[in-house]
Amino acid sequence: MPNGDENQLIELAQYRIETKTRASAILALAGVALVLIFAVRGLIQDLIFVFYMLALAQCWNLLAGYAGLVSVGQQAFVGLGGYLLFALTIGAGIDPIAAVVLSGLIAAVFAVPTAFVVFRLRGPYFAIGSWVVAEVYRLVFAQFKQLGGGTGTSLPPSATNEIFGIEWVKEMFEVRSPAARDIITYWIALALAAGAPLLVYLVLRSRCGLALFAIRDSEATAESAGVDSFRAKLGVYVLVAAATGMIGALIYLQKARISPDAAFSVLDWSAYVIFIVIIGGVGTIEGPIVGVIVFYAMQHYLADFGTWYLILLGAVAIVIMLFAPKGIWGYVAQRYRVALFPVQRMLVRPHE
Amino acid sequence: MLDWLGTIIQGVLLGGLYALFAAGLSLIFGIMRLVNLAHGDLIVLAAFAILSLATWLGFDPFLATLLAMPAMFAAGFALQHVLLNRALGRDLLPPLLVTFGLSIIIQNGLLEAFTADSRRLRLGAIETASIELGGNLAIGVMPLLTLGSAIAVVLLLNLLFYRTALGRAFRATSDDLEIAQLMGIDHHRIYSIAMGIAMVVATIAALYLGIRSNFDPTIGPARLIYAFEAVIIGGLGSLWGTLAGGVIIGLAQTFGAKLNPEWQILAGHIAFLVVVVLRPRGLFPRAED
Repeated sequence: MPNGDENQLIELAQYRIETKTRASAILALAGVALVLIFAVRGLIQDLIFVFYMLALAQCWNLLAGYAGLVSVGQQAFVGLGGYLLFALTIGAGIDPIAAVVLSGLIAAVFAVPTAFVVFRLRGPYFAIGSWVVAEVYRLVFAQFKQLGGGTGTSLPPSATNEIFGIEWVKEMFEVRSPAARDIITYWIALALAAGAPLLVYLVLRSRCGLALFAIRDSEATAESAGVDSFRAKLGVYVLVAAATGMIGALIYLQKARISPDAAFSVLDWSAYVIFIVIIGGVGTIEGPIVGVIVFYAMQHYLADFGTWYLILLGAVAIVIMLFAPKGIWGYVAQRYRVALFPVQRMLVRPHE
Repeated sequence: MLDWLGTIIQGVLLGGLYALFAAGLSLIFGIMRLVNLAHGDLIVLAAFAILSLATWLGFDPFLATLLAMPAMFAAGFALQHVLLNRALGRDLLPPLLVTFGLSIIIQNGLLEAFTADSRRLRLGAIETASIELGGNLAIGVMPLLTLGSAIAVVLLLNLLFYRTALGRAFRATSDDLEIAQLMGIDHHRIYSIAMGIAMVVATIAALYLGIRSNFDPTIGPARLIYAFEAVIIGGLGSLWGTLAGGVIIGLAQTFGAKLNPEWQILAGHIAFLVVVVLRPRGLFPRAED
């Protein structure tokens, strides 16, 4: 007859750790339908915008929500990606699709020395430091006369007319070159928008993710348990830089015109992105998805009000931060216990 | 040789302006560890307040500044009391994001109220007056007054910090919040007063900003960055350090501009990043993080 302590141990042993939920399986199917939308050009352009904002929000959320690196300077890598795309396609004549991928990889290379500077600063200092670094990138790229200097430059149609797969798309959908370019851009955007949460998901489910959770809960305890917090954070920072660089390259492939002030804009690539994450729910993968839908709806219906729209956006973010710091999704998840991207390690007792 | 001497003098004087931007930020940063991303926009707000008083009521900008000070104190106190005290806590995100949202609101509110036109505070003859130093070297009266004001502000704030009961409460909450609370200090009230004082300093900064150059509702974030660079270079909680930080940024910018006018801002940022790599806690830190 086992005594009380052993009883507890046996009970404990019956639990196992699980991360899958029912909702997560359904989600995988929902994405497939999006691939087939290619009808109206205006709709495609709107969706491209939604997709790249979503991808950027996922990236920022991984940094700030999970790794504790609250950056106000991710526009450094958006602009870097955009400029690299221009340099690679105009200067080196590389196919734009290959250039998008390459831009991300080169952005990651830039991220390593950048990290060694900004990682000297902690917490709120890091936020400011990352912003200064983004300003340095902006001012440096304004010096390159080949890329248009301070006024910027355009992507000549010749650089994108022979984009990989364009002939096939033109035949398949019976459209002209500009529309075919949009369809290809749309697919890349869709791939990035689907890839970003997947990336976050995989990182968080990995050993590195476990380390990040431990660091978030208590950095000192995590380090004393053998977690190398510098390495974990550096890894995430560089990975996010690569993804952000690719997204930046894609954004400027679609815009086809770049200037330092736009490419390294703190409002477009940090403020909006941060609002999306906060409104949706920081520290969840679902949050940015909810946030981008709210953001797009506000932009669509209220952008004509200009300054008032931005004032409202700022006010909404403040109210959410003060009264519902977990955002819309955080509230829903707590209330109904759902998770589309389960990354928590839950203790489950098997059914007898 | 004289040329370089002139550059150094200019850099130090410019540093006075940056130190004024930074002093209020340094104060609240030192006391409550609040990174106020709206500080630059609050300076611009104060500049528009001075401008409004000067144009509508026909006051001299100096008098308008005196009148704007109590109003900005009240605004700072209320802002801290209603909004920022709620955001402060163990978590890093709320204060950063609330002030970021505030920054956007102030910028766009000012755009709505005053349009995007560039404005300037007019003082008349004193704007261009200068003191001859001989040998083709002259110092502008206004830049000299700016640096003098920066030194006076730091002196007064230090007196407040080390010679008054309020200053003792400031230092106590900065050093150990929990013990200070045990000693009967109402830290929320202390924070609100500190923010009020920071806004008074911001108003002084706004006066010299508006006289030195054109301003419009969108220039806040750039001033915020200069101010933060000065604070971080100086070290947390040290106001003299902040003054030194401002001068370092000012010197770096004027030397950068001398090499190539396009490098002015860049040189300031590079100087900041160099200090960050070598001395991440700043040159003269007083308080622990």
